[in-house]
Amino acid sequence: MHEQSMVESLLTLALNNAEKANARKIVSIHLVIGDFTGVMEDAVNFYFGFLSQDTKAAGARIRYTHVPGQLRCRDCDTLFPLQKHDYHCPECEGKRVEIVGGRELYIENMEVE
Amino acid sequence: MSARTVTIKENILGANEKKADSNRKLLDSHHVLMINMMSASGSGKTSLILRTIDRLGGKYRIAVIQGGVAPSIDGDKITRQSVPAIPINTGGGCHLDAQMIRQALEALDLDRTDLILIENVGNLVCTADFDLGAHKNAVILSIPEGDDKPRKYPMMFVEADVVLVNKADVLPYFDFNLEAFPEIIRGLNPSAGVFAVSAKTGDGLDCWFSWLEEALG
Repeated sequence: MHEQSMVESLLTLALNNAEKANARKIVSIHLVIGDFTGVMEDAVNFYFGFLSQDTKAAGARIRYTHVPGQLRCRDCDTLFPLQKHDYHCPECEGKRVEIVGGRELYIENMEVE
Repeated sequence: MSARTVTIKENILGANEKKADSNRKLLDSHHVLMINMMSASGSGKTSLILRTIDRLGGKYRIAVIQGGVAPSIDGDKITRQSVPAIPINTGGGCHLDAQMIRQALEALDLDRTDLILIENVGNLVCTADFDLGAHKNAVILSIPEGDDKPRKYPMMFVEADVVLVNKADVLPYFDFNLEAFPEIIRGLNPSAGVFAVSAKTGDGLDCWFSWLEEALG
Protein backbone atom coordinates (compact mmCIF):
# COMPACT_ATOMS: atom_id res chain seq x y z
CA MET A 1 0.00 0.00 0.00
CA HIS A 2 0.93 3.64 0.04
CA GLU A 3 1.45 4.25 3.72
CA GLN A 4 3.56 7.38 3.35
CA SER A 5 0.91 9.48 1.61
CA MET A 6 -1.78 7.87 3.71
CA VAL A 7 0.06 8.88 6.90
CA GLU A 8 0.53 12.42 5.54
CA SER A 9 -3.26 12.67 5.10
CA LEU A 10 -3.86 11.06 8.48
CA LEU A 11 -1.56 13.56 10.17
CA THR A 12 -3.15 16.57 8.44
CA LEU A 13 -6.60 15.38 9.47
CA ALA A 14 -5.49 14.75 13.06
CA LEU A 15 -3.70 18.11 13.41
CA ASN A 16 -6.66 20.05 11.93
CA ASN A 17 -8.98 18.38 14.43
CA ALA A 18 -6.57 19.04 17.30
CA GLU A 19 -6.55 22.71 16.31
CA LYS A 20 -10.37 22.81 16.23
CA ALA A 21 -10.51 21.21 19.68
CA ASN A 22 -7.95 23.67 21.10
CA ALA A 23 -5.75 20.76 22.06
CA ARG A 24 -2.15 21.18 23.12
CA LYS A 25 -1.17 17.63 22.36
CA ILE A 26 -2.51 14.48 20.67
CA VAL A 27 -2.11 11.49 22.99
CA SER A 28 -3.56 8.74 20.82
CA ILE A 29 -5.37 8.25 17.53
CA HIS A 30 -7.92 5.49 16.97
CA LEU A 31 -7.62 4.36 13.38
CA VAL A 32 -10.13 2.05 11.65
CA ILE A 33 -8.68 0.04 8.76
CA GLY A 34 -10.51 -2.35 6.45
CA ASP A 35 -8.57 -5.43 5.37
CA PHE A 36 -9.05 -4.60 1.67
CA THR A 37 -7.04 -1.38 2.07
CA GLY A 38 -3.89 -3.44 2.67
CA VAL A 39 -2.59 -0.85 5.13
CA MET A 40 0.19 -2.28 7.29
CA GLU A 41 0.45 -1.22 10.93
CA ASP A 42 4.25 -1.37 11.01
CA ALA A 43 4.54 0.91 8.01
CA VAL A 44 2.00 3.38 9.43
CA ASN A 45 3.86 3.49 12.75
CA PHE A 46 7.16 3.96 10.95
CA TYR A 47 6.02 6.89 8.80
CA PHE A 48 3.98 8.40 11.61
CA GLY A 49 7.07 8.40 13.84
CA PHE A 50 9.07 10.72 11.68
CA LEU A 51 6.32 12.72 9.96
CA SER A 52 4.82 13.71 13.32
CA GLN A 53 8.10 15.01 14.74
CA ASP A 54 7.82 18.60 16.00
CA THR A 55 4.01 18.55 15.74
CA LYS A 56 1.26 18.23 18.33
CA ALA A 57 1.03 14.58 17.34
CA ALA A 58 4.64 13.75 18.22
CA GLY A 59 4.74 10.67 20.43
CA ALA A 60 1.06 9.89 19.91
CA ARG A 61 0.12 6.23 20.00
CA ILE A 62 -1.99 4.82 17.18
CA ARG A 63 -4.64 2.30 18.19
CA TYR A 64 -5.94 0.08 15.40
CA THR A 65 -9.28 -1.54 14.73
CA HIS A 66 -9.25 -3.89 11.76
CA VAL A 67 -12.43 -4.51 9.80
CA PRO A 68 -12.42 -7.87 7.99
CA GLY A 69 -13.42 -8.14 4.35
CA GLN A 70 -17.18 -8.69 4.24
CA LEU A 71 -18.97 -10.11 1.20
CA ARG A 72 -22.61 -10.44 0.19
CA CYS A 73 -23.76 -13.17 -2.17
CA ARG A 74 -25.66 -11.62 -5.07
CA ASP A 75 -27.68 -14.82 -5.50
CA CYS A 76 -28.90 -15.68 -1.99
CA ASP A 77 -27.99 -12.52 -0.04
CA THR A 78 -25.83 -14.38 2.52
CA LEU A 79 -23.28 -12.17 4.25
CA PHE A 80 -19.91 -13.82 4.89
CA PRO A 81 -16.35 -12.81 5.74
CA LEU A 82 -13.62 -13.13 3.15
CA GLN A 83 -11.25 -15.95 4.05
CA LYS A 84 -8.19 -17.01 2.10
CA HIS A 85 -9.24 -15.12 -1.04
CA ASP A 86 -12.26 -17.41 -1.43
CA TYR A 87 -15.10 -15.51 -3.08
CA HIS A 88 -17.57 -18.42 -3.12
CA CYS A 89 -20.75 -18.12 -1.09
CA PRO A 90 -20.63 -20.70 1.75
CA GLU A 91 -24.42 -21.21 1.48
CA CYS A 92 -25.15 -21.59 -2.22
CA GLU A 93 -21.64 -21.80 -3.74
CA GLY A 94 -22.52 -18.71 -5.81
CA LYS A 95 -19.58 -16.87 -7.32
CA ARG A 96 -21.24 -13.50 -7.74
CA VAL A 97 -20.43 -11.47 -4.66
CA GLU A 98 -20.50 -7.84 -3.66
CA ILE A 99 -17.82 -6.39 -1.38
CA VAL A 100 -19.74 -4.69 1.42
CA GLY A 101 -17.10 -4.20 4.10
CA GLY A 102 -13.36 -3.94 4.53
CA ARG A 103 -12.57 -0.73 2.65
CA GLU A 104 -12.74 1.48 5.76
CA LEU A 105 -9.94 3.94 6.37
CA TYR A 106 -10.87 6.58 8.88
CA ILE A 107 -10.06 8.12 12.25
CA GLU A 108 -12.73 7.13 14.75
CA ASN A 109 -11.54 9.47 17.48
CA MET A 110 -8.47 10.82 19.23
CA GLU A 111 -7.43 11.44 22.76
CA VAL A 112 -6.07 14.94 23.25
CA GLU A 113 -4.84 17.13 26.08
CA MET B 1 -4.05 18.69 31.81
CA SER B 2 -6.39 15.71 31.62
CA ALA B 3 -6.95 13.82 28.39
CA ARG B 4 -10.27 14.04 26.57
CA THR B 5 -11.64 12.22 23.56
CA VAL B 6 -12.55 14.01 20.35
CA THR B 7 -14.82 12.14 17.93
CA ILE B 8 -13.72 12.47 14.31
CA LYS B 9 -15.12 9.71 12.06
CA GLU B 10 -13.54 11.26 9.00
CA ASN B 11 -12.16 9.41 6.02
CA ILE B 12 -8.40 9.76 5.77
CA LEU B 13 -8.56 10.09 2.00
CA GLY B 14 -11.43 12.59 2.26
CA ALA B 15 -9.27 15.53 1.18
CA ASN B 16 -8.26 13.62 -1.97
CA GLU B 17 -11.90 12.82 -2.71
CA LYS B 18 -12.88 16.49 -2.42
CA LYS B 19 -10.11 17.48 -4.80
CA ALA B 20 -11.18 14.71 -7.20
CA ASP B 21 -14.77 16.00 -7.21
CA SER B 22 -13.46 19.47 -7.93
CA ASN B 23 -11.40 18.08 -10.86
CA ARG B 24 -14.53 16.42 -12.25
CA LYS B 25 -16.48 19.68 -12.02
CA LEU B 26 -13.68 21.54 -13.79
CA LEU B 27 -13.68 18.95 -16.59
CA ASP B 28 -17.47 19.03 -16.87
CA SER B 29 -17.44 22.79 -17.25
CA HIS B 30 -15.12 22.34 -20.27
CA HIS B 31 -17.00 19.27 -21.61
CA VAL B 32 -13.93 17.04 -21.27
CA LEU B 33 -14.13 13.30 -20.61
CA MET B 34 -11.29 11.88 -18.47
CA ILE B 35 -10.49 8.15 -18.26
CA ASN B 36 -8.20 6.71 -15.58
CA MET B 37 -6.29 3.76 -17.04
CA MET B 38 -4.92 1.46 -14.34
CA SER B 39 -2.96 -1.76 -14.53
CA ALA B 40 0.17 -3.55 -13.39
CA SER B 41 3.44 -2.54 -14.95
CA GLY B 42 3.94 -3.96 -18.43
CA SER B 43 0.31 -4.73 -19.28
CA GLY B 44 0.36 -2.48 -22.34
CA LYS B 45 -1.16 0.83 -21.21
CA THR B 46 1.09 2.95 -23.42
CA SER B 47 0.50 0.73 -26.46
CA LEU B 48 -3.27 0.89 -25.93
CA ILE B 49 -3.11 4.66 -25.63
CA LEU B 50 -1.09 4.90 -28.86
CA ARG B 51 -3.64 2.69 -30.65
CA THR B 52 -6.45 4.84 -29.30
CA ILE B 53 -4.81 8.03 -30.54
CA ASP B 54 -4.28 6.38 -33.93
CA ARG B 55 -7.93 5.50 -34.25
CA LEU B 56 -9.72 8.36 -32.52
CA GLY B 57 -7.17 11.18 -32.69
CA GLY B 58 -8.56 12.47 -35.98
CA LYS B 59 -12.06 12.75 -34.56
CA TYR B 60 -11.42 13.88 -30.98
CA ARG B 61 -8.80 16.14 -29.42
CA ILE B 62 -6.94 13.79 -27.07
CA ALA B 63 -4.44 14.62 -24.31
CA VAL B 64 -2.53 12.20 -22.12
CA ILE B 65 -1.41 12.50 -18.50
CA GLN B 66 1.26 9.98 -17.58
CA GLY B 67 2.36 9.08 -14.10
CA GLY B 68 5.35 7.02 -13.23
CA VAL B 69 8.93 6.87 -12.17
CA ALA B 70 10.21 7.73 -15.65
CA PRO B 71 7.14 9.06 -17.48
CA SER B 72 9.24 10.78 -20.14
CA ILE B 73 10.11 7.41 -21.72
CA ASP B 74 6.43 6.73 -22.45
CA GLY B 75 5.78 10.44 -23.00
CA ASP B 76 8.21 10.59 -25.92
CA LYS B 77 6.16 7.89 -27.64
CA ILE B 78 2.97 9.90 -27.13
CA THR B 79 4.31 13.27 -28.26
CA ARG B 80 5.55 11.64 -31.47
CA GLN B 81 1.83 11.32 -32.19
CA SER B 82 1.43 15.09 -31.82
CA VAL B 83 -0.91 15.03 -28.84
CA PRO B 84 -0.17 16.87 -25.60
CA ALA B 85 1.38 14.60 -22.96
CA ILE B 86 1.86 15.84 -19.41
CA PRO B 87 4.33 13.75 -17.40
CA ILE B 88 3.93 13.42 -13.65
CA ASN B 89 7.00 12.05 -11.98
CA THR B 90 5.79 10.46 -8.76
CA GLY B 91 9.37 10.10 -7.54
CA GLY B 92 8.89 6.42 -6.84
CA GLY B 93 5.41 6.99 -5.40
CA CYS B 94 3.04 4.14 -6.14
CA HIS B 95 -0.02 6.08 -7.33
CA LEU B 96 -1.30 9.37 -8.68
CA ASP B 97 -3.55 11.56 -6.55
CA ALA B 98 -6.15 14.19 -7.33
CA GLN B 99 -3.83 17.13 -6.59
CA MET B 100 -1.19 15.87 -9.07
CA ILE B 101 -3.91 15.56 -11.70
CA ARG B 102 -5.15 19.07 -10.90
CA GLN B 103 -1.72 20.50 -11.72
CA ALA B 104 -1.64 18.56 -14.99
CA LEU B 105 -5.14 19.81 -15.90
CA GLU B 106 -3.94 23.37 -15.35
CA ALA B 107 -1.15 22.76 -17.87
CA LEU B 108 -3.63 21.62 -20.55
CA ASP B 109 -5.86 23.75 -22.76
CA LEU B 110 -9.16 22.21 -21.66
CA ASP B 111 -11.18 24.24 -24.16
CA ARG B 112 -9.27 22.47 -26.91
CA THR B 113 -9.53 18.99 -25.40
CA ASP B 114 -12.27 16.35 -25.72
CA LEU B 115 -10.68 13.35 -24.07
CA ILE B 116 -7.94 12.93 -21.45
CA LEU B 117 -6.40 9.52 -20.94
CA ILE B 118 -4.55 9.13 -17.65
CA GLU B 119 -1.83 6.51 -17.71
CA ASN B 120 -1.62 5.72 -14.02
CA VAL B 121 1.44 4.29 -12.28
CA GLY B 122 1.82 0.56 -13.04
CA ASN B 123 0.37 -0.94 -9.87
CA LEU B 124 -2.71 -3.11 -9.18
CA VAL B 125 -2.96 -2.23 -5.50
CA CYS B 126 -2.56 1.43 -4.65
CA THR B 127 -4.02 3.21 -7.64
CA ALA B 128 -7.55 1.91 -6.96
CA ASP B 129 -7.87 3.83 -3.69
CA PHE B 130 -7.27 7.28 -5.13
CA ASP B 131 -10.10 8.97 -6.99
CA LEU B 132 -8.48 11.33 -9.49
CA GLY B 133 -11.64 13.00 -10.75
CA ALA B 134 -11.88 10.80 -13.84
CA HIS B 135 -15.34 9.96 -15.18
CA LYS B 136 -14.51 6.32 -15.89
CA ASN B 137 -11.93 3.77 -14.82
CA ALA B 138 -10.42 1.41 -17.36
CA VAL B 139 -8.44 -1.51 -15.93
CA ILE B 140 -6.03 -3.39 -18.14
CA LEU B 141 -4.95 -6.93 -17.35
CA SER B 142 -2.72 -8.80 -19.78
CA ILE B 143 -2.88 -12.53 -20.44
CA PRO B 144 0.61 -13.36 -19.03
CA GLU B 145 -0.40 -11.88 -15.65
CA GLY B 146 -2.91 -14.70 -15.12
CA ASP B 147 -6.66 -14.93 -14.57
CA ASP B 148 -6.40 -15.06 -10.77
CA LYS B 149 -5.73 -11.33 -10.42
CA PRO B 150 -9.32 -10.29 -9.64
CA ARG B 151 -9.20 -12.53 -6.56
CA LYS B 152 -5.87 -11.09 -5.46
CA TYR B 153 -6.63 -7.46 -6.22
CA PRO B 154 -10.42 -7.24 -6.09
CA MET B 155 -10.61 -3.49 -5.48
CA MET B 156 -9.10 -2.64 -8.81
CA PHE B 157 -11.80 -4.66 -10.57
CA VAL B 158 -14.62 -3.39 -8.35
CA GLU B 159 -13.69 0.16 -9.37
CA ALA B 160 -13.49 -0.65 -13.11
CA ASP B 161 -16.06 0.54 -15.63
CA VAL B 162 -14.33 -1.48 -18.29
CA VAL B 163 -11.70 -4.25 -18.15
CA LEU B 164 -9.45 -4.73 -21.16
CA VAL B 165 -7.78 -8.14 -21.30
CA ASN B 166 -4.74 -7.23 -23.37
CA LYS B 167 -2.22 -9.40 -25.24
CA ALA B 168 -5.03 -11.74 -26.31
CA ASP B 169 -2.74 -12.77 -29.18
CA VAL B 170 -0.55 -14.80 -26.79
CA LEU B 171 -3.47 -16.67 -25.22
CA PRO B 172 -2.42 -20.08 -26.67
CA TYR B 173 0.80 -19.96 -24.63
CA PHE B 174 -0.76 -19.31 -21.22
CA ASP B 175 -3.24 -21.02 -18.89
CA PHE B 176 -5.58 -18.05 -18.84
CA ASN B 177 -9.23 -19.13 -18.95
CA LEU B 178 -10.57 -16.31 -21.10
CA GLU B 179 -13.95 -17.98 -21.46
CA ALA B 180 -14.64 -17.94 -17.72
CA PHE B 181 -12.97 -14.60 -17.06
CA PRO B 182 -15.83 -12.17 -17.83
CA GLU B 183 -18.04 -13.99 -15.31
CA ILE B 184 -15.40 -13.60 -12.59
CA ILE B 185 -15.31 -9.85 -13.23
CA ARG B 186 -19.09 -9.50 -13.45
CA GLY B 187 -19.49 -11.48 -10.24
CA LEU B 188 -17.59 -8.73 -8.44
CA ASN B 189 -18.81 -5.89 -10.61
CA PRO B 190 -21.93 -6.63 -12.71
CA SER B 191 -21.82 -3.41 -14.72
CA ALA B 192 -18.22 -3.65 -15.97
CA GLY B 193 -17.60 -4.26 -19.66
CA VAL B 194 -14.95 -6.91 -20.39
CA PHE B 195 -13.17 -6.92 -23.75
CA ALA B 196 -10.33 -9.17 -24.94
CA VAL B 197 -7.98 -7.08 -27.06
CA SER B 198 -4.53 -7.08 -28.55
CA ALA B 199 -2.78 -3.74 -28.78
CA LYS B 200 -0.20 -5.49 -30.96
CA THR B 201 -2.49 -6.94 -33.64
CA GLY B 202 -5.43 -4.57 -33.12
CA ASP B 203 -7.86 -7.47 -32.56
CA GLY B 204 -10.83 -6.63 -30.37
CA LEU B 205 -9.97 -2.95 -30.10
CA ASP B 206 -13.14 -1.89 -31.91
CA CYS B 207 -15.11 -2.78 -28.76
CA TRP B 208 -12.89 -0.47 -26.71
CA PHE B 209 -13.16 2.34 -29.25
CA SER B 210 -16.97 2.00 -29.35
CA TRP B 211 -17.09 2.01 -25.56
CA LEU B 212 -15.01 5.20 -25.50
CA GLU B 213 -17.10 6.89 -28.16
CA GLU B 214 -20.26 6.04 -26.26
CA ALA B 215 -18.74 7.58 -23.13
CA LEU B 216 -17.77 10.66 -25.13
CA GLY B 217 -21.45 10.96 -26.02
